[in-house]
Amino acid sequence: MSQEKTHIIPYKTYVYVLLVLLCLTFISVAVTSIELGTLTVTVALVLASIKSFLVLSYFMHLRFDQKIYAIMVTGILLIIIIVILITFLDYYYR
Amino acid sequence: MTIETTGKVYKSFFEEKGGKKGIFAWIFSTDHKRIGLLYFYSIITFFVTGATLGLLMKLELIAPGETIVKAQTYNSLFTVHGVIMIFLVVIPGIPAVFGNFLLPLQIGAEDVAFPRLNLFSWWIYVAGAVLVLLSLFTGTGAPDTGWTFYAPYSFKTSTNMLPAVLGAFILGFSSILTGLNFIVTIHRMRAPGMTWFRMPLFPWTLYGTGWIQLLATPVIGITLLMVVGERLFNIGFFDPALGGDPILYQHLFWIYSHPAVYIMILPAMGVISEIIPTFARKTIFGYKAIVLSTLAIAFVGYFVWGHHMFTSGMSGTALFTFSILTFLVAIPSAIKVFNWVSTLHKGSIYPSLPFFWAISFIFVFMIGGLSGLVLGSLATDVHVHDTHFVVAHFHYIVFGGTGFAFFAAIHYWFPKIYGRMYNMTIGKIGWIIVFLGFNTLYGPMFYLGIKGMPRRYFDYLKEYTDFNVISSVGAMILITGMVIVIVNLIYAGFKGEKAVANPWGGSTLEWTVPSPPPLENFEKIPEVTTGPYTYS
Repeated sequence: MSQEKTHIIPYKTYVYVLLVLLCLTFISVAVTSIELGTLTVTVALVLASIKSFLVLSYFMHLRFDQKIYAIMVTGILLIIIIVILITFLDYYYR
Repeated sequence: MTIETTGKVYKSFFEEKGGKKGIFAWIFSTDHKRIGLLYFYSIITFFVTGATLGLLMKLELIAPGETIVKAQTYNSLFTVHGVIMIFLVVIPGIPAVFGNFLLPLQIGAEDVAFPRLNLFSWWIYVAGAVLVLLSLFTGTGAPDTGWTFYAPYSFKTSTNMLPAVLGAFILGFSSILTGLNFIVTIHRMRAPGMTWFRMPLFPWTLYGTGWIQLLATPVIGITLLMVVGERLFNIGFFDPALGGDPILYQHLFWIYSHPAVYIMILPAMGVISEIIPTFARKTIFGYKAIVLSTLAIAFVGYFVWGHHMFTSGMSGTALFTFSILTFLVAIPSAIKVFNWVSTLHKGSIYPSLPFFWAISFIFVFMIGGLSGLVLGSLATDVHVHDTHFVVAHFHYIVFGGTGFAFFAAIHYWFPKIYGRMYNMTIGKIGWIIVFLGFNTLYGPMFYLGIKGMPRRYFDYLKEYTDFNVISSVGAMILITGMVIVIVNLIYAGFKGEKAVANPWGGSTLEWTVPSPPPLENFEKIPEVTTGPYTYS
């Protein structure tokens, strides 16, 4: 069942997203020189999540495609989060 | 040229060789049907190899003490038996053979979405298989860790671990690519009018399985690479002496390997969901419930891995969480069984060989499933963990479930695939011998396990002798039945009577094309206007 839906994104948008990604990359490198203690990993993960979100939304067209694909990706992320949480039920309470 | 029973002349996919000759027309073909058969012949070869190793183990256990092999050889036997059966036979099994052959036919497509990737998957499978087999005959002796490659032993043993682990790693890619191919095919290539809820149940299970293959398999890939790193560079992921945690290995291994059980069993359930309505001459009971239970199994199946680790030393909180989740996953499995039985209720049942395989699947799968509850429950699991009870349980699920469904599938679709029919009487004799042999082989293991006989030992105390003898005799009966079944099919492939296009009166799309199907399946892509199981 082919339900083609096309969407043309201006190059300008891609360039903006690329610049934001580069900025975030510099920030994630720069932030390592600051002593954040236990927050180091959290900051790195938050920055990586923002970058992933941008790539998925714009370069992989999730923002413009049918909602079902966004739901599928969300479902996958949910599975990964639950798997990590359950694993830590062992390590945290051991 | 093949002549259809209607008198129409056409070229079947066996005759369309794509300009290639001999074996090249097979190993370089991108036709989903030929690739399905490539997997079929490979898997049957490995199945026979694995079964032979299994028989050797049972011969060793026919009497206490050393019977035919030494302890170290026995360790290698159960390891290689497990690796071959799990990674080369059962995991690819139904999706790679019947998924490849039938998915496009059942959804009204010409082929899968990525035919070249499909062929590449088979080549990767062969490469992985060669590496696994090399580990047997090269280096310092066949691996002896068990198919689970548990750390820390797996990076300390002097046996030939690396090729086996790398082989399993490579095989994972074949699984991922097949899963990806099926997901995209189902999303993009269903025939006009085939809405999601008009799709047959076998493709639905391939869809659920595809997601597990795609998401869970990379975890085992990374884990096996970590084992390689540990062995070669002493990194310290899992070795307590280097600050690692061996239980982390078990978590990572089972995060993949438990969902892998659903890679094995979901397509098997799909096969049964196809056969039952055809032979009950009735629409399947609770189509949507079966679909949702498929997705529920695929989803919840990700979160139950810890029940393999109840005695490993996890925290109490993790233990009861995994136990509850394990009981949850039993619900969708039970829904399917109830739906199959309800479909049979008041059906005009046409008892034939594929149907016998299907109902024997339900019988042995129920025993396997219910014995799983004993293992999912914390208190009882401690008693039977790592005993023969576990061996019996997973053979009832993996062989009784996936294996019986595989044979149900080949007997159901054989006339479609080869355009010939097998000898029904010999097939029925083979089936009943397999069924009796199977239960004689694995049934006593439940008792042996409850009485405390551990698994993976080549020797046992004298009080376990009687039931071990019964079990070993069962293995011989089972092998006899298997030989009859396989020889009957091979003979039919060459000399069987010509089969009609739809010998069972099936209502899904594959039965609308000639047997064997033409290269591009459908003369014209069909328009679907009804659900898959329409019997008037």
